[in-house]
Amino acid sequence: MANDVWVVVEHESGQPKKISLELLGRAGQLALALGGKAVAFVPGRDVSAVARALGPYGADIVYTAQDPLLEPYTADAQTQVVGEALRKEQPTLVLIGSTAQGRDYAPRLAARLGAAIVTDCASLEVDNSSLVATRPMYTRKAIGTVMYASEGIRIAVVLPAVYPVPQADPKRTAEVRAMRIPLDAKQIRTKVHEVQAIKRETVPLTEADVIVSGGRGLRGPENFALLDALAKALGAAVGSSRPPVDSGWVPHDYEIGQTGKTVSPQVYLACGISGAPQHLAGMSGSKHIVAINKDPNAPIFQLADLGIVGDLFEILPKLTEAVKKAKGGNRD
Amino acid sequence: MNIVVCVKQVPDTEAPIRIKPDGSGIDEMGLNLVMNYYDEHATEAGLRLKEQFGGTVTLIAAGPERTKEALRTGLAMGADEAMLITGPGLEQSDHLGMARVLAAAIKALPHDLVICGKLSTDDNASIVGPALAELLGLPQATAIAHLEVDASATTALVHREVEGGVEILEVPLPALLTVERSLNEPRYPSLPGIMKAKRKEIKTSTSTDQKVAASSRLTKLVPPPKRQAGRVIEADADKAVAEIVAFLKNDAKVL
Ligand SMILES: Cc1cc2nc3c(=O)[nH]c(=O)nc-3n(C[C@H](O)[C@H](O)[C@H](O)COP(=O)(O)OP(=O)(O)OC[C@H]3O[C@@H](n4cnc5c(N)ncnc54)[C@H](O)[C@@H]3O)c2cc1C
Repeated sequence: MANDVWVVVEHESGQPKKISLELLGRAGQLALALGGKAVAFVPGRDVSAVARALGPYGADIVYTAQDPLLEPYTADAQTQVVGEALRKEQPTLVLIGSTAQGRDYAPRLAARLGAAIVTDCASLEVDNSSLVATRPMYTRKAIGTVMYASEGIRIAVVLPAVYPVPQADPKRTAEVRAMRIPLDAKQIRTKVHEVQAIKRETVPLTEADVIVSGGRGLRGPENFALLDALAKALGAAVGSSRPPVDSGWVPHDYEIGQTGKTVSPQVYLACGISGAPQHLAGMSGSKHIVAINKDPNAPIFQLADLGIVGDLFEILPKLTEAVKKAKGGNRD
Repeated sequence: MNIVVCVKQVPDTEAPIRIKPDGSGIDEMGLNLVMNYYDEHATEAGLRLKEQFGGTVTLIAAGPERTKEALRTGLAMGADEAMLITGPGLEQSDHLGMARVLAAAIKALPHDLVICGKLSTDDNASIVGPALAELLGLPQATAIAHLEVDASATTALVHREVEGGVEILEVPLPALLTVERSLNEPRYPSLPGIMKAKRKEIKTSTSTDQKVAASSRLTKLVPPPKRQAGRVIEADADKAVAEIVAFLKNDAKVL
Protein backbone atom coordinates (compact mmCIF):
# COMPACT_ATOMS: atom_id res chain seq x y z
CA MET A 1 0.00 0.00 0.00
CA ALA A 2 1.01 3.51 -0.76
CA ASN A 3 2.15 4.63 2.69
CA ASP A 4 3.75 1.41 3.83
CA VAL A 5 7.40 1.09 4.77
CA TRP A 6 9.06 -2.16 3.78
CA VAL A 7 12.13 -3.92 5.03
CA VAL A 8 13.72 -6.57 2.83
CA VAL A 9 14.85 -9.05 5.44
CA GLU A 10 18.22 -10.81 5.31
CA HIS A 11 18.48 -14.02 7.27
CA GLU A 12 20.75 -16.88 8.09
CA SER A 13 19.99 -20.31 9.57
CA GLY A 14 16.35 -19.43 10.16
CA GLN A 15 17.14 -16.19 12.00
CA PRO A 16 16.74 -12.62 10.79
CA LYS A 17 20.06 -10.77 10.72
CA LYS A 18 20.64 -8.01 13.21
CA ILE A 19 20.61 -5.27 10.58
CA SER A 20 17.13 -6.35 9.43
CA LEU A 21 15.82 -5.99 12.98
CA GLU A 22 17.42 -2.57 13.25
CA LEU A 23 15.65 -1.56 10.05
CA LEU A 24 12.36 -3.03 11.20
CA GLY A 25 12.51 -0.86 14.31
CA ARG A 26 13.02 2.24 12.19
CA ALA A 27 10.39 1.12 9.65
CA GLY A 28 7.82 1.03 12.47
CA GLN A 29 8.58 4.62 13.44
CA LEU A 30 8.58 5.88 9.86
CA ALA A 31 5.37 4.01 9.01
CA LEU A 32 3.71 5.73 11.95
CA ALA A 33 4.85 9.13 10.67
CA LEU A 34 3.70 8.33 7.14
CA GLY A 35 0.38 6.74 8.10
CA GLY A 36 1.21 3.28 6.77
CA LYS A 37 2.22 -0.13 8.00
CA ALA A 38 5.63 -1.66 8.71
CA VAL A 39 5.99 -4.56 6.31
CA ALA A 40 8.72 -7.19 6.35
CA PHE A 41 9.45 -8.92 3.05
CA VAL A 42 11.29 -12.22 3.42
CA PRO A 43 12.64 -13.92 0.31
CA GLY A 44 14.29 -17.34 0.61
CA ARG A 45 13.96 -21.09 0.32
CA ASP A 46 12.07 -21.84 3.52
CA VAL A 47 11.49 -18.77 5.60
CA SER A 48 8.62 -19.75 7.89
CA ALA A 49 10.73 -19.54 11.05
CA VAL A 50 12.19 -16.18 10.05
CA ALA A 51 8.72 -14.86 9.23
CA ARG A 52 7.38 -15.82 12.66
CA ALA A 53 10.27 -14.09 14.39
CA LEU A 54 9.49 -10.66 12.92
CA GLY A 55 6.17 -9.72 14.57
CA PRO A 56 7.75 -9.22 18.00
CA TYR A 57 10.20 -6.75 16.46
CA GLY A 58 7.51 -4.52 15.02
CA ALA A 59 6.37 -5.91 11.65
CA ASP A 60 2.64 -5.36 11.06
CA ILE A 61 2.60 -7.62 8.02
CA VAL A 62 5.15 -10.20 6.90
CA TYR A 63 5.24 -11.22 3.26
CA THR A 64 7.14 -14.37 2.40
CA ALA A 65 8.38 -15.25 -1.09
CA GLN A 66 9.65 -18.82 -1.04
CA ASP A 67 11.57 -20.41 -3.87
CA PRO A 68 14.57 -22.75 -3.79
CA LEU A 69 16.11 -20.60 -6.52
CA LEU A 70 16.50 -17.75 -4.03
CA GLU A 71 19.25 -19.60 -2.18
CA PRO A 72 22.12 -19.15 -2.44
CA TYR A 73 21.65 -15.43 -2.99
CA THR A 74 22.11 -14.06 -6.50
CA ALA A 75 21.53 -10.52 -7.70
CA ASP A 76 19.39 -11.83 -10.58
CA ALA A 77 16.95 -13.84 -8.45
CA GLN A 78 16.77 -11.27 -5.67
CA THR A 79 16.14 -8.35 -8.04
CA GLN A 80 13.43 -10.30 -9.86
CA VAL A 81 11.54 -11.32 -6.72
CA VAL A 82 11.87 -8.11 -4.73
CA GLY A 83 11.17 -6.09 -7.88
CA GLU A 84 7.93 -7.92 -8.67
CA ALA A 85 6.74 -7.67 -5.08
CA LEU A 86 7.38 -3.93 -5.03
CA ARG A 87 5.66 -3.41 -8.39
CA LYS A 88 2.61 -5.14 -7.04
CA GLU A 89 2.41 -3.52 -3.62
CA GLN A 90 3.90 -0.06 -4.32
CA PRO A 91 5.13 0.88 -0.86
CA THR A 92 6.42 4.41 -0.40
CA LEU A 93 9.75 3.39 1.11
CA VAL A 94 11.90 0.27 1.12
CA LEU A 95 14.73 -0.21 3.62
CA ILE A 96 17.61 -2.47 2.66
CA GLY A 97 20.67 -3.13 4.81
CA SER A 98 24.04 -1.92 3.60
CA THR A 99 25.55 -5.42 3.43
CA ALA A 100 27.35 -7.37 0.72
CA GLN A 101 23.90 -8.38 -0.57
CA GLY A 102 22.13 -5.07 -0.14
CA ARG A 103 24.82 -3.05 -1.88
CA ASP A 104 24.84 -5.62 -4.67
CA TYR A 105 21.18 -5.74 -5.68
CA ALA A 106 19.60 -2.52 -4.37
CA PRO A 107 20.97 -0.27 -7.16
CA ARG A 108 20.00 -2.86 -9.76
CA LEU A 109 16.50 -2.95 -8.29
CA ALA A 110 16.29 0.85 -8.37
CA ALA A 111 17.34 0.91 -12.01
CA ARG A 112 14.74 -1.72 -12.88
CA LEU A 113 11.90 0.10 -11.14
CA GLY A 114 13.08 3.63 -11.90
CA ALA A 115 12.95 4.15 -8.14
CA ALA A 116 14.88 6.80 -6.24
CA ILE A 117 17.75 5.32 -4.26
CA VAL A 118 20.03 6.67 -1.54
CA THR A 119 22.82 4.48 -0.17
CA ASP A 120 24.92 4.61 3.01
CA CYS A 121 22.07 6.26 4.93
CA ALA A 122 23.10 7.20 8.46
CA SER A 123 19.64 8.58 9.23
CA LEU A 124 16.21 8.70 7.64
CA GLU A 125 13.59 11.22 8.69
CA VAL A 126 10.18 12.38 7.58
CA ASP A 127 10.33 16.15 7.43
CA ASN A 128 7.05 17.86 6.52
CA SER A 129 6.04 14.74 4.63
CA SER A 130 9.23 14.72 2.58
CA LEU A 131 11.74 11.99 3.15
CA VAL A 132 15.25 13.08 4.02
CA ALA A 133 18.41 11.01 4.49
CA THR A 134 21.86 11.92 5.75
CA ARG A 135 24.97 10.10 4.63
CA PRO A 136 28.72 10.39 5.05
CA MET A 137 30.47 11.64 1.92
CA TYR A 138 33.99 12.57 0.80
CA THR A 139 35.49 9.84 2.97
CA ARG A 140 33.55 11.16 5.96
CA LYS A 141 34.95 14.65 5.63
CA ALA A 142 31.36 15.80 5.09
CA ILE A 143 27.82 14.75 5.89
CA GLY A 144 25.33 15.21 3.08
CA THR A 145 21.59 15.69 3.41
CA VAL A 146 19.70 14.14 0.53
CA MET A 147 16.07 14.76 -0.23
CA TYR A 148 14.03 12.20 -2.13
CA ALA A 149 11.63 13.17 -4.88
CA SER A 150 8.09 12.75 -3.66
CA GLU A 151 6.85 10.43 -6.39
CA GLY A 152 7.07 6.67 -6.58
CA ILE A 153 8.94 4.00 -4.66
CA ARG A 154 11.96 5.14 -2.67
CA ILE A 155 14.81 2.86 -1.69
CA ALA A 156 17.14 3.51 1.24
CA VAL A 157 20.24 1.38 1.77
CA VAL A 158 20.95 1.92 5.46
CA LEU A 159 24.26 1.51 7.29
CA PRO A 160 24.43 -1.10 10.06
CA ALA A 161 24.25 -0.05 13.71
CA VAL A 162 22.74 3.39 13.15
CA TYR A 163 19.41 2.30 14.64
CA PRO A 164 19.03 0.06 17.68
CA VAL A 165 17.42 -3.37 17.54
CA PRO A 166 13.95 -2.78 19.01
CA GLN A 167 12.95 -4.50 22.23
CA ALA A 168 11.16 -7.71 21.23
CA ASP A 169 7.55 -7.94 22.40
CA PRO A 170 6.78 -11.68 22.55
CA LYS A 171 3.03 -11.02 22.66
CA ARG A 172 3.08 -9.16 19.37
CA THR A 173 2.41 -11.19 16.22
CA ALA A 174 2.25 -10.18 12.59
CA GLU A 175 0.00 -11.48 9.89
CA VAL A 176 2.11 -13.69 7.58
CA ARG A 177 1.09 -13.75 3.92
CA ALA A 178 2.72 -15.90 1.26
CA MET A 179 3.40 -14.18 -2.05
CA ARG A 180 3.77 -16.21 -5.22
CA ILE A 181 6.32 -14.66 -7.52
CA PRO A 182 7.34 -16.57 -10.63
CA LEU A 183 11.06 -17.17 -10.89
CA ASP A 184 12.68 -19.14 -13.70
CA ALA A 185 16.12 -20.77 -13.45
CA LYS A 186 16.92 -19.15 -16.81
CA GLN A 187 16.63 -15.71 -15.22
CA ILE A 188 19.59 -16.48 -12.99
CA ARG A 189 22.69 -16.01 -15.10
CA THR A 190 25.37 -16.26 -12.44
CA LYS A 191 26.20 -19.44 -10.62
CA VAL A 192 27.41 -19.54 -7.03
CA HIS A 193 30.04 -22.25 -6.76
CA GLU A 194 30.35 -21.95 -3.03
CA VAL A 195 30.46 -19.56 -0.15
CA GLN A 196 33.59 -20.35 1.81
CA ALA A 197 32.94 -19.51 5.43
CA ILE A 198 35.88 -17.96 7.18
CA LYS A 199 35.83 -19.56 10.62
CA ARG A 200 36.00 -17.00 13.35
CA GLU A 201 35.12 -17.10 16.97
CA THR A 202 34.36 -13.43 17.09
CA VAL A 203 31.30 -11.50 15.90
CA PRO A 204 31.20 -10.10 12.32
CA LEU A 205 32.32 -6.46 12.12
CA THR A 206 29.03 -5.18 10.80
CA GLU A 207 27.03 -6.82 13.59
CA ALA A 208 29.19 -5.85 16.52
CA ASP A 209 28.34 -3.43 19.33
CA VAL A 210 32.00 -3.37 20.27
CA ILE A 211 34.97 -3.49 17.91
CA VAL A 212 38.56 -3.95 19.02
CA SER A 213 40.90 -2.92 16.28
CA GLY A 214 44.62 -3.26 15.82
CA GLY A 215 47.15 -1.33 13.75
CA ARG A 216 50.79 -1.44 12.83
CA GLY A 217 51.54 -1.10 16.54
CA LEU A 218 50.64 -4.79 16.92
CA ARG A 219 53.93 -5.61 15.16
CA GLY A 220 52.97 -9.00 13.78
CA PRO A 221 50.17 -11.48 13.03
CA GLU A 222 50.73 -13.51 16.21
CA ASN A 223 49.82 -10.51 18.36
CA PHE A 224 46.31 -10.33 16.96
CA ALA A 225 45.67 -13.19 19.40
CA LEU A 226 45.69 -10.50 22.11
CA LEU A 227 42.80 -8.78 20.34
CA ASP A 228 40.99 -12.07 19.72
CA ALA A 229 41.10 -12.87 23.42
CA LEU A 230 39.81 -9.45 24.41
CA ALA A 231 37.11 -9.59 21.71
CA LYS A 232 35.97 -12.97 22.95
CA ALA A 233 35.69 -11.69 26.48
CA LEU A 234 33.74 -8.63 25.35
CA GLY A 235 31.61 -10.36 22.70
CA ALA A 236 33.25 -8.00 20.26
CA ALA A 237 34.48 -8.12 16.66
CA VAL A 238 38.10 -7.67 15.59
CA GLY A 239 39.09 -5.17 12.93
CA SER A 240 42.26 -3.46 11.80
CA SER A 241 43.79 -0.49 10.08
CA ARG A 242 45.29 -0.97 6.66
CA PRO A 243 48.94 -1.91 7.39
CA PRO A 244 48.08 -5.25 9.06
CA VAL A 245 46.02 -6.13 5.95
CA ASP A 246 48.72 -5.03 3.52
CA SER A 247 51.33 -7.00 5.48
CA GLY A 248 49.15 -10.09 5.34
CA TRP A 249 48.75 -10.34 9.14
CA VAL A 250 44.94 -10.39 8.86
CA PRO A 251 42.47 -10.98 5.99
CA HIS A 252 41.23 -8.12 3.82
CA ASP A 253 37.83 -8.07 5.41
CA TYR A 254 39.34 -6.77 8.66
CA GLU A 255 40.16 -3.40 7.17
CA ILE A 256 38.33 -0.37 8.47
CA GLY A 257 38.56 2.97 6.72
CA GLN A 258 38.36 4.65 3.38
CA THR A 259 39.26 1.53 1.43
CA GLY A 260 37.77 -0.83 3.99
CA LYS A 261 34.58 -0.95 6.00
CA THR A 262 32.58 1.83 7.55
CA VAL A 263 31.54 0.92 11.08
CA SER A 264 29.65 2.71 13.83
CA PRO A 265 29.66 0.50 16.91
CA GLN A 266 28.86 1.55 20.47
CA VAL A 267 32.54 1.28 21.28
CA TYR A 268 35.58 1.31 19.03
CA LEU A 269 38.81 0.38 20.79
CA ALA A 270 41.81 1.37 18.68
CA CYS A 271 45.06 -0.34 19.67
CA GLY A 272 48.33 0.75 18.11
CA ILE A 273 46.50 2.81 15.50
CA SER A 274 47.77 6.35 14.86
CA GLY A 275 44.50 7.78 13.53
CA ALA A 276 45.27 8.65 9.88
CA PRO A 277 42.41 10.44 8.06
CA GLN A 278 41.85 7.36 5.87
CA HIS A 279 41.30 5.26 8.96
CA LEU A 280 39.03 7.82 10.60
CA ALA A 281 36.91 7.73 7.42
CA GLY A 282 35.70 4.32 8.51
CA MET A 283 35.28 4.68 12.26
CA SER A 284 34.79 8.27 13.35
CA GLY A 285 31.03 7.68 13.42
CA SER A 286 31.47 5.28 16.36
CA LYS A 287 29.50 6.28 19.42
CA HIS A 288 32.43 5.90 21.82
CA ILE A 289 36.10 5.72 20.96
CA VAL A 290 38.83 4.40 23.24
CA ALA A 291 42.46 4.50 22.07
CA ILE A 292 45.58 2.84 23.38
CA ASN A 293 48.76 4.28 21.91
CA LYS A 294 52.25 4.79 23.28
CA ASP A 295 52.66 8.10 21.46
CA PRO A 296 50.97 10.93 23.39
CA ASN A 297 50.83 12.95 20.16
CA ALA A 298 49.00 10.31 18.12
CA PRO A 299 46.15 12.01 16.22
CA ILE A 300 43.70 9.33 17.40
CA PHE A 301 43.74 11.05 20.82
CA GLN A 302 42.13 14.11 19.24
CA LEU A 303 38.88 12.24 18.86
CA ALA A 304 39.05 9.49 21.47
CA ASP A 305 36.64 9.83 24.38
CA LEU A 306 39.17 7.99 26.46
CA GLY A 307 42.82 7.96 25.48
CA ILE A 308 45.38 5.76 27.17
CA VAL A 309 49.03 6.59 26.63
CA GLY A 310 50.71 3.28 27.17
CA ASP A 311 52.04 0.02 25.81
CA LEU A 312 49.34 -2.16 24.34
CA PHE A 313 51.35 -5.31 25.06
CA GLU A 314 51.18 -4.58 28.77
CA ILE A 315 47.61 -3.34 28.81
CA LEU A 316 45.69 -5.79 26.59
CA PRO A 317 46.25 -9.03 28.57
CA LYS A 318 45.31 -7.30 31.82
CA LEU A 319 42.29 -5.69 30.20
CA THR A 320 41.07 -9.08 28.98
CA GLU A 321 41.33 -10.49 32.51
CA ALA A 322 39.55 -7.48 33.97
CA VAL A 323 36.74 -7.72 31.42
CA LYS A 324 36.27 -11.42 32.17
CA LYS A 325 36.04 -10.59 35.84
CA ALA A 326 33.59 -7.76 35.24
CA LYS A 327 31.41 -10.06 33.16
CA GLY A 328 31.06 -12.28 36.19
CA GLY A 329 33.75 -14.86 35.67
CA ASN A 330 32.84 -15.92 32.15
CA ARG A 331 34.28 -19.29 31.38
CA ASP A 332 36.62 -19.47 28.44
CA MET B 1 38.21 -9.06 -25.78
CA ASN B 2 36.50 -5.66 -25.79
CA ILE B 3 36.68 -4.11 -22.37
CA VAL B 4 35.01 -0.91 -21.29
CA VAL B 5 36.15 0.72 -18.05
CA CYS B 6 34.08 3.46 -16.42
CA VAL B 7 36.04 6.28 -14.86
CA LYS B 8 35.18 9.14 -12.54
CA GLN B 9 37.23 12.14 -11.53
CA VAL B 10 37.13 12.87 -7.80
CA PRO B 11 38.93 15.04 -5.24
CA ASP B 12 42.19 13.55 -4.02
CA THR B 13 41.32 11.91 -0.70
CA GLU B 14 44.69 12.84 0.78
CA ALA B 15 43.75 16.53 0.90
CA PRO B 16 41.15 18.26 3.04
CA ILE B 17 38.02 19.59 1.32
CA ARG B 18 36.39 22.97 1.73
CA ILE B 19 32.63 23.02 1.99
CA LYS B 20 31.01 26.06 0.38
CA PRO B 21 29.64 28.50 2.97
CA ASP B 22 26.07 27.92 1.75
CA GLY B 23 26.51 24.15 2.10
CA SER B 24 25.59 23.54 -1.53
CA GLY B 25 28.67 21.47 -2.26
CA ILE B 26 32.44 21.62 -2.08
CA ASP B 27 34.65 24.44 -3.26
CA GLU B 28 36.64 23.25 -6.25
CA MET B 29 39.12 26.13 -6.15
CA GLY B 30 42.60 24.71 -5.83
CA LEU B 31 41.25 21.21 -5.38
CA ASN B 32 43.45 18.41 -6.68
CA LEU B 33 41.24 16.16 -8.82
CA VAL B 34 42.32 12.63 -9.65
CA MET B 35 41.04 9.41 -11.13
CA ASN B 36 38.87 7.62 -8.57
CA TYR B 37 41.05 5.21 -6.61
CA TYR B 38 38.95 2.12 -7.40
CA ASP B 39 38.84 3.03 -11.09
CA GLU B 40 42.61 2.60 -11.17
CA HIS B 41 42.01 -0.97 -10.04
CA ALA B 42 39.28 -1.33 -12.69
CA THR B 43 41.64 -0.03 -15.40
CA GLU B 44 44.36 -2.40 -14.21
CA ALA B 45 41.93 -5.33 -14.40
CA GLY B 46 41.05 -4.35 -17.97
CA LEU B 47 44.67 -4.01 -19.02
CA ARG B 48 45.60 -7.42 -17.61
CA LEU B 49 42.77 -9.09 -19.52
CA LYS B 50 43.84 -7.31 -22.68
CA GLU B 51 47.38 -8.59 -22.15
CA GLN B 52 45.98 -12.09 -21.77
CA PHE B 53 43.34 -12.14 -24.52
CA GLY B 54 44.14 -9.24 -26.84
CA GLY B 55 41.46 -6.70 -27.72
CA THR B 56 40.97 -3.14 -26.52
CA VAL B 57 40.44 -1.23 -23.32
CA THR B 58 38.15 1.76 -23.76
CA LEU B 59 37.71 4.25 -20.94
CA ILE B 60 34.46 6.09 -20.61
CA ALA B 61 33.48 8.94 -18.32
CA ALA B 62 30.52 11.26 -17.96
CA GLY B 63 31.25 14.64 -16.44
CA PRO B 64 32.63 18.11 -17.06
CA GLU B 65 35.45 18.87 -19.49
CA ARG B 66 38.07 18.62 -16.70
CA THR B 67 37.33 14.88 -16.43
CA LYS B 68 39.66 14.44 -19.41
CA GLU B 69 42.57 14.63 -16.97
CA ALA B 70 41.37 11.48 -15.18
CA LEU B 71 40.92 9.76 -18.54
CA ARG B 72 44.49 10.67 -19.45
CA THR B 73 45.69 8.89 -16.31
CA GLY B 74 44.05 5.72 -17.60
CA LEU B 75 45.42 6.24 -21.11
CA ALA B 76 48.89 6.66 -19.60
CA MET B 77 48.44 3.35 -17.80
CA GLY B 78 47.87 1.78 -21.21
CA ALA B 79 44.21 2.03 -22.19
CA ASP B 80 43.60 2.28 -25.95
CA GLU B 81 40.80 4.81 -26.21
CA ALA B 82 38.94 7.25 -24.03
CA MET B 83 35.58 8.92 -24.41
CA LEU B 84 33.96 11.70 -22.46
CA ILE B 85 30.26 12.44 -22.33
CA THR B 86 29.41 15.96 -21.33
CA GLY B 87 26.05 17.65 -21.19
CA PRO B 88 24.27 20.47 -19.43
CA GLY B 89 21.94 18.05 -17.68
CA LEU B 90 24.68 15.99 -16.07
CA GLU B 91 25.22 18.30 -13.12
CA GLN B 92 21.61 17.95 -11.99
CA SER B 93 21.70 14.23 -12.53
CA ASP B 94 21.66 11.66 -9.75
CA HIS B 95 23.44 8.31 -9.88
CA LEU B 96 20.70 6.55 -11.81
CA GLY B 97 20.72 9.35 -14.36
CA MET B 98 24.47 8.96 -14.68
CA ALA B 99 24.08 5.21 -15.19
CA ARG B 100 21.52 5.91 -17.93
CA VAL B 101 23.87 8.28 -19.75
CA LEU B 102 26.74 5.76 -19.54
CA ALA B 103 24.49 2.89 -20.62
CA ALA B 104 23.40 4.76 -23.75
CA ALA B 105 27.04 5.29 -24.75
CA ILE B 106 28.24 1.78 -23.89
CA LYS B 107 25.40 0.19 -25.88
CA ALA B 108 26.98 1.65 -28.99
CA LEU B 109 30.37 0.06 -28.21
CA PRO B 110 31.31 -3.59 -28.50
CA HIS B 111 31.70 -4.85 -24.93
CA ASP B 112 32.53 -8.27 -23.51
CA LEU B 113 33.19 -6.81 -20.10
CA VAL B 114 32.27 -3.53 -18.46
CA ILE B 115 34.39 -2.82 -15.39
CA CYS B 116 33.76 -0.17 -12.73
CA GLY B 117 35.29 0.65 -9.36
CA LYS B 118 33.24 -0.64 -6.45
CA LEU B 119 32.48 2.95 -5.45
CA SER B 120 33.78 6.45 -5.96
CA THR B 121 35.43 8.12 -3.01
CA ASP B 122 33.49 11.39 -3.37
CA ASP B 123 29.85 10.29 -2.97
CA ASN B 124 30.58 6.76 -1.82
CA ALA B 125 27.30 5.74 -3.44
CA SER B 126 28.20 2.45 -5.17
CA ILE B 127 25.08 2.79 -7.32
CA VAL B 128 26.33 3.31 -10.87
CA GLY B 129 27.89 -0.15 -11.37
CA PRO B 130 24.91 -2.42 -10.60
CA ALA B 131 22.46 0.12 -12.09
CA LEU B 132 24.49 0.11 -15.30
CA ALA B 133 24.43 -3.71 -15.34
CA GLU B 134 20.65 -3.62 -15.19
CA LEU B 135 20.32 -0.97 -17.89
CA LEU B 136 22.66 -2.90 -20.19
CA GLY B 137 20.89 -6.16 -19.42
CA LEU B 138 24.14 -7.73 -18.19
CA PRO B 139 24.77 -10.12 -15.30
CA GLN B 140 26.88 -8.59 -12.53
CA ALA B 141 29.42 -9.31 -9.86
CA THR B 142 30.23 -6.49 -7.46
CA ALA B 143 33.22 -5.70 -5.24
CA ILE B 144 35.27 -8.57 -6.62
CA ALA B 145 38.61 -9.43 -5.06
CA HIS B 146 39.71 -12.10 -7.55
CA LEU B 147 39.09 -12.54 -11.28
CA GLU B 148 39.84 -15.33 -13.71
CA VAL B 149 38.45 -15.49 -17.23
CA ASP B 150 38.43 -18.93 -18.84
CA ALA B 151 40.54 -19.60 -21.94
CA SER B 152 37.63 -19.29 -24.34
CA ALA B 153 36.66 -15.96 -22.74
CA THR B 154 33.10 -17.06 -22.11
CA THR B 155 32.91 -16.93 -18.32
CA ALA B 156 34.55 -15.15 -15.44
CA LEU B 157 35.17 -16.77 -12.09
CA VAL B 158 35.21 -14.16 -9.33
CA HIS B 159 35.55 -13.98 -5.56
CA ARG B 160 33.38 -11.59 -3.61
CA GLU B 161 33.91 -10.80 0.02
CA VAL B 162 30.65 -11.32 1.91
CA GLU B 163 29.93 -11.16 5.65
CA GLY B 164 31.74 -14.05 7.23
CA GLY B 165 33.18 -15.53 4.07
CA VAL B 166 34.04 -15.44 0.40
CA GLU B 167 31.52 -16.08 -2.36
CA ILE B 168 32.87 -17.83 -5.44
CA LEU B 169 30.74 -16.89 -8.40
CA GLU B 170 30.70 -17.79 -12.08
CA VAL B 171 29.51 -15.04 -14.40
CA PRO B 172 28.89 -15.55 -18.12
CA LEU B 173 30.27 -12.87 -20.45
CA PRO B 174 29.32 -10.26 -21.44
CA ALA B 175 29.06 -9.04 -17.87
CA LEU B 176 29.58 -6.06 -15.62
CA LEU B 177 32.08 -6.23 -12.77
CA THR B 178 32.86 -3.77 -9.99
CA VAL B 179 36.21 -4.18 -8.32
CA GLU B 180 37.64 -4.13 -4.81
CA ARG B 181 41.12 -2.82 -4.11
CA SER B 182 42.50 -6.25 -3.19
CA LEU B 183 41.88 -7.40 -6.79
CA ASN B 184 45.21 -6.07 -8.04
CA GLU B 185 47.97 -3.50 -7.69
CA PRO B 186 47.48 -0.78 -10.33
CA ARG B 187 50.55 -0.05 -12.43
CA TYR B 188 52.11 3.39 -12.52
CA PRO B 189 51.85 5.18 -15.84
CA SER B 190 55.15 4.89 -17.74
CA LEU B 191 56.88 7.97 -19.11
CA PRO B 192 56.25 6.98 -22.75
CA GLY B 193 52.70 6.17 -21.71
CA ILE B 194 52.26 9.64 -20.29
CA MET B 195 53.67 11.23 -23.46
CA LYS B 196 51.39 9.15 -25.65
CA ALA B 197 48.36 9.91 -23.48
CA LYS B 198 48.98 13.64 -23.87
CA ARG B 199 48.68 13.44 -27.64
CA LYS B 200 45.75 11.05 -27.70
CA GLU B 201 42.44 12.45 -28.82
CA ILE B 202 39.64 12.02 -26.33
CA LYS B 203 36.34 11.66 -28.14
CA THR B 204 33.75 13.93 -26.65
CA SER B 205 30.02 13.64 -27.13
CA THR B 206 27.11 15.49 -25.65
CA SER B 207 24.38 13.67 -23.86
CA THR B 208 20.90 14.64 -24.93
CA ASP B 209 19.27 12.62 -22.18
CA GLN B 210 16.34 14.74 -21.08
CA LYS B 211 15.37 12.45 -18.25
CA VAL B 212 18.35 13.13 -16.05
CA ALA B 213 16.02 15.03 -13.70
CA ALA B 214 17.02 13.60 -10.37
CA SER B 215 14.88 11.44 -8.15
CA SER B 216 17.00 12.47 -5.19
CA ARG B 217 19.16 15.50 -4.66
CA LEU B 218 21.81 16.71 -2.26
CA THR B 219 20.36 19.67 -0.37
CA LYS B 220 23.08 20.34 2.15
CA LEU B 221 26.66 19.46 2.95
CA VAL B 222 28.10 20.07 6.39
CA PRO B 223 31.31 19.07 8.15
CA PRO B 224 30.93 15.99 10.32
CA PRO B 225 30.09 16.72 13.95
CA LYS B 226 33.33 17.63 15.65
CA ARG B 227 34.35 15.04 18.16
CA GLN B 228 35.66 16.51 21.35
CA ALA B 229 38.92 15.05 22.49
CA GLY B 230 38.14 13.31 25.75
CA ARG B 231 40.43 12.49 28.61
CA VAL B 232 43.94 11.34 27.82
CA ILE B 233 45.57 9.41 30.63
CA GLU B 234 49.18 8.46 31.15
CA ALA B 235 49.33 5.82 33.83
CA ASP B 236 50.65 2.35 34.60
CA ALA B 237 48.90 -0.64 33.06
CA ASP B 238 46.72 -1.42 36.10
CA LYS B 239 45.39 2.10 36.37
CA ALA B 240 44.84 2.20 32.59
CA VAL B 241 42.86 -1.04 32.71
CA ALA B 242 40.71 0.26 35.57
CA GLU B 243 39.97 3.41 33.57
CA ILE B 244 38.97 1.46 30.46
CA VAL B 245 36.74 -0.95 32.40
CA ALA B 246 35.05 1.97 34.17
CA PHE B 247 34.50 3.66 30.82
CA LEU B 248 33.02 0.52 29.24
CA LYS B 249 30.68 0.14 32.23
CA ASN B 250 29.60 3.67 33.00
CA ASP B 251 29.92 5.64 29.78
CA ALA B 252 29.50 3.12 26.99
CA LYS B 253 27.37 0.71 29.07
CA VAL B 254 28.59 -2.39 27.28
CA LEU B 255 29.85 -4.23 30.36
C1 LIG C 1 44.30 5.84 -0.88
C2 LIG C 1 44.56 5.40 0.53
C3 LIG C 1 43.57 4.70 1.20
C4 LIG C 1 43.77 4.26 2.51
N1 LIG C 1 42.78 3.58 3.15
C5 LIG C 1 42.96 3.21 4.43
C6 LIG C 1 41.94 2.51 5.15
O1 LIG C 1 40.87 2.19 4.62
N2 LIG C 1 42.15 2.18 6.44
C7 LIG C 1 43.32 2.49 7.09
O2 LIG C 1 43.43 2.17 8.29
N3 LIG C 1 44.31 3.11 6.43
C8 LIG C 1 44.17 3.47 5.12
N4 LIG C 1 45.19 4.09 4.48
C9 LIG C 1 46.51 4.19 5.16
C10 LIG C 1 46.59 5.35 6.13
O3 LIG C 1 47.02 6.49 5.44
C11 LIG C 1 47.59 5.03 7.25
O4 LIG C 1 48.83 4.72 6.69
C12 LIG C 1 47.17 3.88 8.15
O5 LIG C 1 45.85 4.08 8.62
C13 LIG C 1 48.11 3.77 9.34
O6 LIG C 1 47.80 2.61 10.07
P1 LIG C 1 48.26 2.47 11.59
O7 LIG C 1 47.64 3.56 12.37
O8 LIG C 1 47.96 1.09 11.99
O9 LIG C 1 49.83 2.59 11.48
P2 LIG C 1 50.80 3.79 11.94
O10 LIG C 1 50.35 5.08 11.39
O11 LIG C 1 52.16 3.33 11.65
O12 LIG C 1 50.57 3.84 13.49
C14 LIG C 1 50.98 2.84 14.37
C15 LIG C 1 50.71 3.37 15.75
O13 LIG C 1 50.97 2.36 16.71
C16 LIG C 1 51.51 2.97 17.86
N5 LIG C 1 52.26 1.94 18.61
C17 LIG C 1 53.37 1.25 18.21
N6 LIG C 1 53.72 0.36 19.15
C18 LIG C 1 52.84 0.47 20.17
C19 LIG C 1 52.69 -0.18 21.42
N7 LIG C 1 53.54 -1.13 21.84
N8 LIG C 1 51.66 0.19 22.21
C20 LIG C 1 50.80 1.17 21.83
N9 LIG C 1 50.89 1.80 20.64
C21 LIG C 1 51.92 1.46 19.83
C22 LIG C 1 52.39 4.07 17.32
O14 LIG C 1 52.59 5.07 18.29
C23 LIG C 1 51.58 4.56 16.14
O15 LIG C 1 50.72 5.65 16.50
C24 LIG C 1 45.01 4.53 3.17
C25 LIG C 1 46.00 5.25 2.49
C26 LIG C 1 45.78 5.67 1.19
C27 LIG C 1 46.88 6.43 0.51
